[in-house]
Amino acid sequence: MSDEVGDSRTQGPSTALGMTRITPVKLEKAGYCMKFKLMFVAAGLLSALSTFMVLSWAADAPSSVKGTVKFEGTAPKGTRIDMSQDPICAKAHPTPATTEDVVVGSGGALENVVVYVSDGLTTHNFQPPQQPAVLEQKGCQYKPHVLALQANQKLDVVNTDETTHNIHPTPNNNREWNMTQPHGMPLEQTFAREEVAIPVKCNVHPWMKGYIAVFKHPYFAVTDKNGSFELKDLRPGTYTITAWQEKLGTQVQKVTVGAGETKAVEFTFKQ
Amino acid sequence: MVGTITRWAGAVVFVCVIGSAIGFAQEAHVGKLAGNAKRGKALYQRYCIFCHGPYGDGRGESAPYLDPKPRDFTKAVFKCRSTPSGSLPLDSDLYDTISRGIHASGMPSWKPLLKQERVDLVAYIKTFSSAFQEEKPAAPVEIPPEPPSSAESIQRGAQLFQSMNCWSCHGKDGRGYGPSAPTLTDSRGFPIAPFDFTSGPRFKCGETDRDMFRDLMTGLDGTPMPSFASAMTADQRWDVVHYIRSLSGHKTHAKPKIEAIGQ
Repeated sequence: MSDEVGDSRTQGPSTALGMTRITPVKLEKAGYCMKFKLMFVAAGLLSALSTFMVLSWAADAPSSVKGTVKFEGTAPKGTRIDMSQDPICAKAHPTPATTEDVVVGSGGALENVVVYVSDGLTTHNFQPPQQPAVLEQKGCQYKPHVLALQANQKLDVVNTDETTHNIHPTPNNNREWNMTQPHGMPLEQTFAREEVAIPVKCNVHPWMKGYIAVFKHPYFAVTDKNGSFELKDLRPGTYTITAWQEKLGTQVQKVTVGAGETKAVEFTFKQ
Repeated sequence: MVGTITRWAGAVVFVCVIGSAIGFAQEAHVGKLAGNAKRGKALYQRYCIFCHGPYGDGRGESAPYLDPKPRDFTKAVFKCRSTPSGSLPLDSDLYDTISRGIHASGMPSWKPLLKQERVDLVAYIKTFSSAFQEEKPAAPVEIPPEPPSSAESIQRGAQLFQSMNCWSCHGKDGRGYGPSAPTLTDSRGFPIAPFDFTSGPRFKCGETDRDMFRDLMTGLDGTPMPSFASAMTADQRWDVVHYIRSLSGHKTHAKPKIEAIGQ
C-alpha cells in the first residue's frame, strides 16, 4: 500500500510546477509591475497547491469492490468421508465429515471461492504483510479449506490433531515440499511466486485436500459462509476481477471504480 | 562515418556474444572435477535421451513403457538429495544418483561412464530448468554418527513407525500395503508404490544406514515420502533406521558399495 501513496505524491508536484511556469508568461504579456507579478505567482502557487491537495485526497480515498458469489441450481451434497483407517480422525467427527469441494450455504451462497484482481493494477511491488497466514489441520481436515495469502508472506501450518500428518503442496510455479508434522510441531513456510491455486494434500490421510492461492498483491479474498467478499483499498480504475472455484472453474468480470466508491460485483456459478 | 558505425556495431555484437556465453554457461562442480554442459549434451544425446527426452521433460521414446516414469528435469524436483525438502539438489547429489542408478526403476547405474563424463552430464541436466540459475540449494542436512543398533533401539523405532504414521503407506509389516498405499501418486499424477522394506536393502537413494537417515531428513521430493526433519530427533531417526533394517533381515551396510565422491 505504501507504494501507492508514494505514486500519487510524485504525480502531484509535477502538475503544480506546470502551473507556476504558465503564470509568469501571462504576466509579461500584460506588462504589470513586479509587485503584481509576485502576487500572481503566489496566487498561482496557492491554487496549484490546493488542486494538488484535492486531487491527492481524492486519489487516496480508497475504493472497494464488494459482492457475493452464488451457486445456481440444486446444491451438490458432499460425499461422506470414511476416516476409519485412523481412529483419531474418526473420533473427531461424531457425525461423519463430508467433502468440501463445493460448499453451498443458505440462499445458494457459495463458500471457498477465491476472488481477486487479475488485471488493472498500476503498481506492482507489494511488501508481504507481517501477519502470518494460518492453515490448521483439525479433525483431519484443512481449516480453512481454501487459503489465500501473499507471495513471501509467512504461512504457519498448525496440527491440533493428536495424530501425525504430512503436509504436501503440489505446485506448478513454486517449489514442491513435503513435511511430516506430528501434533504440536511448529512449521513455517513461504511461497515465492503467484499461483492460483496450489493443491495441498496429506498422503497419510488421502481424503485431506485443500488449496493455497498465492498472490503478488493484497487484493484478494476468499468467500465466507454467506458467499460474500470484499476487495479493499483499491485505487480508482478499471479492474478485471476473477472468481476461482476448485471444481466449478473461473469467472471474469470487468469493473470500474471511482475514488472513494464501492462497486458491487456478483458472480453466479452453475454445475 | 560508415567505418565508425561498423566498428561500434562489431564491438556491440562482440560484447553480446561474450555476455551470453558467460550468462548461459552452466557448470557443475563435484569434488575437484568441473563439468561442462556442452560435453554433457553430447553424452545426454547418446545415453539419456531415450527415456528423459530431447527436452529433458521425461517424455523420451521409451517413457510410455516405464514405471516409474523418467524424471522431468524441467521441474528441478529430485528424489535423492542431501538438501532439505523443497530445496534444489547439490551437484554431488545428481552425480551420486547418476552413478548409483535408482533401484526398482528404469534408471541404471552409469558407473561405466568416466567420473568426468558423469559430472558433465550433471552440468547439462541443470540447463533444463532456470531454477538452477535463479535459486541456490540450501545447506545439506547434518548426519550425526550412528549409535549401535540394539533390541531397545529397534523397539523404539517400531513405536515411532506406528506414531509417525509410516504404516499408513508402508503397512504395519513394512510390505508397502498400508491403507493409504493405493491412493498415492507422484507429482505428475502417476500411481506410485511405497517401498517394501522386506524386499531387501536396495533403497532408491542409497543403501547405507546414513543414506536411510538422510532420506528421513530430506524426504523424497516429487513422491509422497515426506521429510521428518523437525518431526523427530536424530536419535529417534536412528531408531527408525534400525527398525527398518530389522524388517529386511539383511545385514547393515556400513560402507556403500558404490563410491560417492560427492559426499
